[in-house]
Amino acid sequence: MSTEILMPALSPTMEEGKLSKWLVKEGDTVKSGDILAEIETDKATMEFEAVDEGTIGQILVAEGTEGVKVNSPIATLLGEGEAAGTAPKKKVAKADAPKETKAETPAEKSEKGEGHAAPNGHAAPNGHAAPNGHAAPNGHAAPNGHAAPNAAPKVAAANDPEVPEGTEFVTQTVRDALRDAMAEEMRRDELVFLMGEEVAQYQGAYKISQGLLDEFGERRVIDTPITEHGFTGLGVGAAFDGLRPIVEFMTWNFAMQAMDQIINSAAKTRYMSGGQMSCPIVFRGPNGAAARVAAQHSQDYSAWYAAVPGLTVIAPYFAADAKGLLKAAIRDPNPVIFLENEIVYGRSFPVPKLDDFVLPIGKARIVRPGNDVTIVAYSITVGQALEAAEKLAEEGIDAEVIDLRTLRPLDMDTVLESVKKTNRIVTMEQAWPVCSIGSEICSRVALEAFDYLDAPPTKVSGKDVPMPYAANLEKLALPTVEDLIEAVKTVCYKA
Amino acid sequence: MPDATKSNSQSLQKLYHDMLLIRRFEERAGQLYGMGLIGGFCHLYIGQEAVVVGLMGAARQGDQQITAYRDHGHMLAQGVDPKSVMAELTGRSTGLSRGKGGSMHMFSAAKKFYGGHGIVGAQVPIGTGLAFANKYRGNDAVTLTYFGDGAANQGQVYEAFNMAELWKLPVVYVIENNQYAMGTSVARSSAVADFSKRGASFGIPGVQVDGMDVEAVQKAGEDAFAHCRAGKGPIILEMKTYRYRGHSMSDPAKYRSREEVTEVREKRDPIEHFGKKLIDRGVVNEGDLKQMDAEVKAQVVAAAEFATASPEPGPEELYTDIYA
Repeated sequence: MSTEILMPALSPTMEEGKLSKWLVKEGDTVKSGDILAEIETDKATMEFEAVDEGTIGQILVAEGTEGVKVNSPIATLLGEGEAAGTAPKKKVAKADAPKETKAETPAEKSEKGEGHAAPNGHAAPNGHAAPNGHAAPNGHAAPNGHAAPNAAPKVAAANDPEVPEGTEFVTQTVRDALRDAMAEEMRRDELVFLMGEEVAQYQGAYKISQGLLDEFGERRVIDTPITEHGFTGLGVGAAFDGLRPIVEFMTWNFAMQAMDQIINSAAKTRYMSGGQMSCPIVFRGPNGAAARVAAQHSQDYSAWYAAVPGLTVIAPYFAADAKGLLKAAIRDPNPVIFLENEIVYGRSFPVPKLDDFVLPIGKARIVRPGNDVTIVAYSITVGQALEAAEKLAEEGIDAEVIDLRTLRPLDMDTVLESVKKTNRIVTMEQAWPVCSIGSEICSRVALEAFDYLDAPPTKVSGKDVPMPYAANLEKLALPTVEDLIEAVKTVCYKA
Repeated sequence: MPDATKSNSQSLQKLYHDMLLIRRFEERAGQLYGMGLIGGFCHLYIGQEAVVVGLMGAARQGDQQITAYRDHGHMLAQGVDPKSVMAELTGRSTGLSRGKGGSMHMFSAAKKFYGGHGIVGAQVPIGTGLAFANKYRGNDAVTLTYFGDGAANQGQVYEAFNMAELWKLPVVYVIENNQYAMGTSVARSSAVADFSKRGASFGIPGVQVDGMDVEAVQKAGEDAFAHCRAGKGPIILEMKTYRYRGHSMSDPAKYRSREEVTEVREKRDPIEHFGKKLIDRGVVNEGDLKQMDAEVKAQVVAAAEFATASPEPGPEELYTDIYA
């Protein structure tokens, strides 16, 4: 039986091409891999090889023909024992070359604008299920009622667990709370280990891993060479195998060296593998500005990582949240970005004295209830927001302060509910203002609570400059309590 | 025929069969690409078959593999069903990743194949991490971490080498030197062209192997696995090989002459070369090889039919597998 040799597509975008030259003639015997012809695409001249063996029956398109459509027959191939003359004569002109044989590829569909049906970011909140401690992976199947059929599913995060009445609270630094979280999880699960620069013998560049080497030994508390790209990839590989690495970056500034492994390898592999692969890993370390360390060591990466599907991003302020959320992050089956803050490490807060205090990922917390304006903050700016709220109270403005705690998924329900009550919102962050967490929240509030607003959603952020070294300039570059108070007064029309 | 000889004959035939399967599979994939049924980038393994087949011939159950985007052959050599590989290439719901990974991003957790990575060199630290996990768990599995002569110039490769030797991780680094990093020859890209020496400053031993000779590859693989399982840390195998086709389907390969390609095909082709050897040694006759070819071809045709008849993934797949 004769088969047709079709004009091949030789690049992802090719629709037609020139048949420059035949390297075989009718009656020639060919086998797999033999070069049949040279074909000129929009980019280059390519050689076209035979896939099947047989005898060239007829050449249907003469060499030199231009505009030969992809998938139109250009020759016939005869099987064993078939004579060249037996094939039906059918010269196919390029004009009426059949097109219907070609299945439409997804790439073509998207070029025509049909490929991306309805995932319109704003209609489909990117909430993903929050693991409730040790629980099995949450099903996030239930699609959002109002959204398109293929919109992102949304699952509400669980509330914080009740702290039993009479529980003792101990005052603890954020530093110690983080250390305790790691130690407890390492005692609980032998697959958990910590790696990073100076985490073991030096006891941590910021002393977060103090004492862990003594308790768990060098097998599980591992000093790495100064090799962010390499040890991040190594951690990802260990996580693919089912270990539960905690990778400490001395600061998140150095993680830019490793960003490819975090995003391309850790965040995307579950998806690319159709769910076969899992990457249960925590990347943690101090984020944001420290003091007087200038541009390359002072940057808030929150929005960078919060933009990436596949990652979970946590940025706590209080010691209890640091502990409960780090424990949740270590148990989470997904890659988690855990953003700490160097200035906050030494601050002390009450922490409930419980054997296993695990908090839900994806849940914001109202840290100060109020009625006049909503202030949304995360990490170090939560402290500033609370300070501003106290001062504002003296002036008769009753601010509600929300600590986001998790940045991806964003708990917009809590934010929107608050805005519907206060009708005003100011976001507060240390990061650059362009495409920031505050930008995202203001945009979502404008879309989803527009009718409730009495003033424009407003952002307070770091200035749009690299961090300067000079003490006075550094102060100017960072957002202050006064900046926040001024913004709140503006939206309350009391400026 | 005594049992030992019979079993030897079977394993030799399997080497031939697996190389042939990859060759025929890739040819068919090239054809489907030409028909617009496979999209995007598609990197064929034609010419390099002996590398992965020889090494799999030396591996044990439980050993792991990871490579870059020229990955179809690695999966077929692991025994992954050609249908599910081809269906991933065509972006169908029956593909290994249900159509969400494509040619460059394929995985088989069941066969311990960890991808399929699209970023040049990124698989090297990851493979080293798999080896770290094996050492952590105290099992004796070895990780085969494949990369090309192009990736061998990436910085993260050396970060991984350093840690692998420092911590004596059981990893075989397989450098598939097919002589061209896309269009740039080794001579134009590498200060030292002997890739087996790339671990020298870390104390990692390296061996150059004729990557067109499946038995030489298998022997080198056996030695390398033994090195790792003895707790001696990583080892490098530089496989001197050659790819017949362009870097990807859309590469016209004008950076080398047709004569160069023809000469390799005629004189060093891993499949023909090994087929002749098997006949000379009396392991098979020509009829056996022809029959094997017909069987493999039928299998590949069936895979292509399956891959083109299967439905595309449903729209609900857009939002699955992002989080556990």
